[in-house]
Amino acid sequence: MAIKVFNDKCRGCKLCLSSCPFGIIEIIDNKAVIKDGCTMCGTCVKTCKFQAIEITRDVKITIDKSLYKGVWVFAEQHNGKLSNVAFELLGEGRKLADELAEPLVAVLMGSKIEAESKRLIAYGADQVLVADAPELEHFLEDSYAQVLTDLVKQEKPNIILIGATAIGRSLGPKAAARLETGLTADCTGLAVDVAEKNLLQTRPAFGGNLMATILCPNHRPQMATVRPKVFKPLEENPGRAGTVTKVDLGKTAWNIRAKVLEVVNEVGNSVNLEEANIIVSGGRGLGDPKNFQLVKDLAAVLGGAVGSSRAAVDAGWIPYAHQVGQTGKTVGPKIYFACGIHGAIQHLAGMSSSDIIIAINKNPDAPIFKVATFGIVGDVLEILPMLTKAFKKELGG
Amino acid sequence: MDYFLTEEQQMIRDLARRIADEKIAPRALELDESGEFPWDLMKIIADADLFGVYLPEEYGGMGGGVFEQCLVVEELSRACSGVAVSYAASGLGCMPILVLGSEEQKKKYLPQIAAGKKLAAFGATEANAGSDPSGMETTAVLDGNEYVINGTKQWITNGGEAEIYTVMAVTDKRKGPRGISCFIVEKGTPGFSFGKKENKMGIRASATRELVFDNCRIPKENLLGGKEGVGFIATMKTFDRTRPGIGAQAIGVAQGALDAAVKYSRERVQFGEKISSFQAIQHMLADMATQLEAARALVYATARMIDSGAKNFSKESAMAKLFASDTAMKVTVDAVQVFGGYGYMKEYPVEKMMRDAKITQIYEGTNQIQRNIIGLELIKEYASKK
Amino acid sequence: MKIVVCVKQVPDTTEVKINPETNTLIREGVASILNPFDMYAVEEAIRIKEKLGGTVTVISMGPPQVAEQLRETIGMGVDDAVLLSDRAFAGSDTLATSYALSKGIEKIGDVQLILCGKQAIDGDTAQVGPEIAEKLGMPHITYVKKVNEISETEMTAERMNEDGFERVQMTLPALITVVKEINEPRMPSLKGMMRAKKAEIKTWSAADIGADPAKSGLNGSPTWVKTIFVPEIKCQGEIFEGPPEVQVKSLVDAIVCRKIV
Repeated sequence: MAIKVFNDKCRGCKLCLSSCPFGIIEIIDNKAVIKDGCTMCGTCVKTCKFQAIEITRDVKITIDKSLYKGVWVFAEQHNGKLSNVAFELLGEGRKLADELAEPLVAVLMGSKIEAESKRLIAYGADQVLVADAPELEHFLEDSYAQVLTDLVKQEKPNIILIGATAIGRSLGPKAAARLETGLTADCTGLAVDVAEKNLLQTRPAFGGNLMATILCPNHRPQMATVRPKVFKPLEENPGRAGTVTKVDLGKTAWNIRAKVLEVVNEVGNSVNLEEANIIVSGGRGLGDPKNFQLVKDLAAVLGGAVGSSRAAVDAGWIPYAHQVGQTGKTVGPKIYFACGIHGAIQHLAGMSSSDIIIAINKNPDAPIFKVATFGIVGDVLEILPMLTKAFKKELGG
Repeated sequence: MDYFLTEEQQMIRDLARRIADEKIAPRALELDESGEFPWDLMKIIADADLFGVYLPEEYGGMGGGVFEQCLVVEELSRACSGVAVSYAASGLGCMPILVLGSEEQKKKYLPQIAAGKKLAAFGATEANAGSDPSGMETTAVLDGNEYVINGTKQWITNGGEAEIYTVMAVTDKRKGPRGISCFIVEKGTPGFSFGKKENKMGIRASATRELVFDNCRIPKENLLGGKEGVGFIATMKTFDRTRPGIGAQAIGVAQGALDAAVKYSRERVQFGEKISSFQAIQHMLADMATQLEAARALVYATARMIDSGAKNFSKESAMAKLFASDTAMKVTVDAVQVFGGYGYMKEYPVEKMMRDAKITQIYEGTNQIQRNIIGLELIKEYASKK
Repeated sequence: MKIVVCVKQVPDTTEVKINPETNTLIREGVASILNPFDMYAVEEAIRIKEKLGGTVTVISMGPPQVAEQLRETIGMGVDDAVLLSDRAFAGSDTLATSYALSKGIEKIGDVQLILCGKQAIDGDTAQVGPEIAEKLGMPHITYVKKVNEISETEMTAERMNEDGFERVQMTLPALITVVKEINEPRMPSLKGMMRAKKAEIKTWSAADIGADPAKSGLNGSPTWVKTIFVPEIKCQGEIFEGPPEVQVKSLVDAIVCRKIV
């Protein structure tokens, strides 16, 4: 396994040098030299016109990939209620399963949870595997990973999609490590290569500055955690047909080393940005923390939630719970108002999948206008009250 | 300018700079408004071992000297002079012990100060004895194994917050300055209390209070060096070693103001151009930077002279304090000017820096007193050469 | 208590920018730092050591120059630092990384608690911690914002989720990943920095830790990078024109006609 430059083929043309996303290729004595820090992404291999760079892998293919079939979705639930991300994954999973001509299976775990199965079918599942046991009442890595990996070993799915939530991002890697397979974190794009039955998993890296498409070609199942709010659920169709299979947990080797002592719900005093249809966000352009009131006024008229840029949070103008972006929440509302937000790449990473983006900024060159559906160039302190008034009138408030 | 710091000195400066940037600067405005003593920041500075940089290793210090202390004060002052002076005043309070204390006194007090577990403070100034110590009215009378102290000290930095005070009191009125002795007084001693906190123009994060002695009895062992009459000498020797620190405080605040002014001039647009492109601004910045560098060179050179074992450095020490503090005043005033109207507003840091800079021309001997010292030393030098 | 903290050297991504002409990362002048989230793990480990006694060892995998950066943690109060460095580790994905780190931790031996930052700011995967725990047969919890109680055999901690948090009890040995709410990392001390300057940073090769070449680096990585590209930004929309009143009216009309509000 290595990346190698063939000195007899290399002409020192420097094409690879400028192609390397990580800038770790150097030309020494007219030959390309690959320094430490290479991620083996292969960009240089593709760029080289002289086939002078090669990545070789000593891959022992130990599994028969043809035995693995089906697209699985981990149906996350909290207190017996299915999370939105379960429906989103079914929506995207349906497309992948249809392309692959494989079944779409929802895996539902919990205690006294079976009744929720029907909704999973209504949202696109062909089959629901229900693991119902008192041990599964609260999410715990030990119990959930045990059941999931047992099922995988038995049923051999091709693909497993898990929400990139607090639960999913803890369960996913534990299960993947036990199954000795690949897991791609926090995907924002999925596609399949039908011939190889490979899942093409696209995810942001380097704070959203780069996107990477990842494959898991020689291991099965192919596992991915998927960012919530990126994909859309199908319309609920209560008439859809599907089967519900109860998983026999009689032989499960429970080895549970943790215990939930208390569940504290703080949603009441925090902001549910992820679920909001309309978000009005304020940034540094508001100039003063008290001007956040203008943002709140517009949000109130529209029945929306209040978001913020990192700059405003860092300045202490509004609590972290409101922060949208790479280091804050990822949101996908129907309408996103960016008020006095410059639009740093870190912010765009958290809101650019919104359906409609409205930018209000006095600087016409602000990057936020590049993603905006609609833009107003002007003083946010002047525009916001006018908007609030106009919407109030339109909505008869 | 490269001052060829040793690896250890660079480490000290970088650590102090990191604390200043990450922990102090974000709080400077708030501390200026509230005037609250920054105990949490004192703890951070203590945990970083910076309180001991100038103390010998045998007393728990890092083995450095005045120069190392100056590096710390300068960096802290760049972010907030009020915090910097709270740090520096502990050094001022412990300096008489370091210079003239008995071995027992050093062993007892210096390690606590080096670890930053306790702050020290220095008490000389009185209502009628500022520049002129002969007006001192606080007295100490030996009564058996105890001294009884009576009187009031004024404008004492770290007053009320410090645990250990070095206090000047008259033991023999007839001998004038030679009749002043120095005592170590611990907070909590019966008869020792504090006046109200002063409401100051600048360095507002620092605590300035009266020390009130009302028949305060302290053990005889707390007489500095076990000898009466060394108070005036202790004060002079202390100031000789701490005045470069005032210089460091001055160049720190001036550097902070220059940094802010240059940054602002590169952002502010007038007449369609960044104001940094105007020569009027460039010339101001050039003068600020040049004067500041000259002041720094003098402060550093003086500190290094003291640390390398020079015998007499009263003149150089006074020059460093005088020149650096006058420079800081000029530079901070000009920084406000570069900012224009915004410089006069509290949203920007330079008006605070201008207020903070003023005190460096006043305390540890007004700049008029510094000129007296320099003049006197100069005449003495020439007289000795004949 | 023997505690290990896993840390990673990362480019300071807040400074990473894309060169719009070549579509590559501009890495020049971008400082390498220790992953900020890992510093919270280092701080928490030192606090636990201060309470229960024992040692804290940091472990990292990366090129040889990472060794110097590990000294920073010794300046804060870490006892020992280990760097796994070998070309055999190049191209590791999270599974191969967690394999190497778990072998290194096994070599350290008798570890009762492992701490990791919740994720690294360059990859943002958050996978290596849980995967190490699984490789070592330990339980783990993620997103810990508070350690309530800890003894040699058991701990109670609060872990964050989308709805709030859960208080979870777990037996040791175990692994936790921590979020920034957990503490405020301390500054190094001068004495710590002096110690760090002289400290020996152990560098272990793949052979030193008995790593199976088939499970290391590129060979041991099930996931392959197919392509790396710069994200497309949605094409420019409509910027309204005219005086503010007109712009506001155009916007309101455009929204209202879509019947979303």
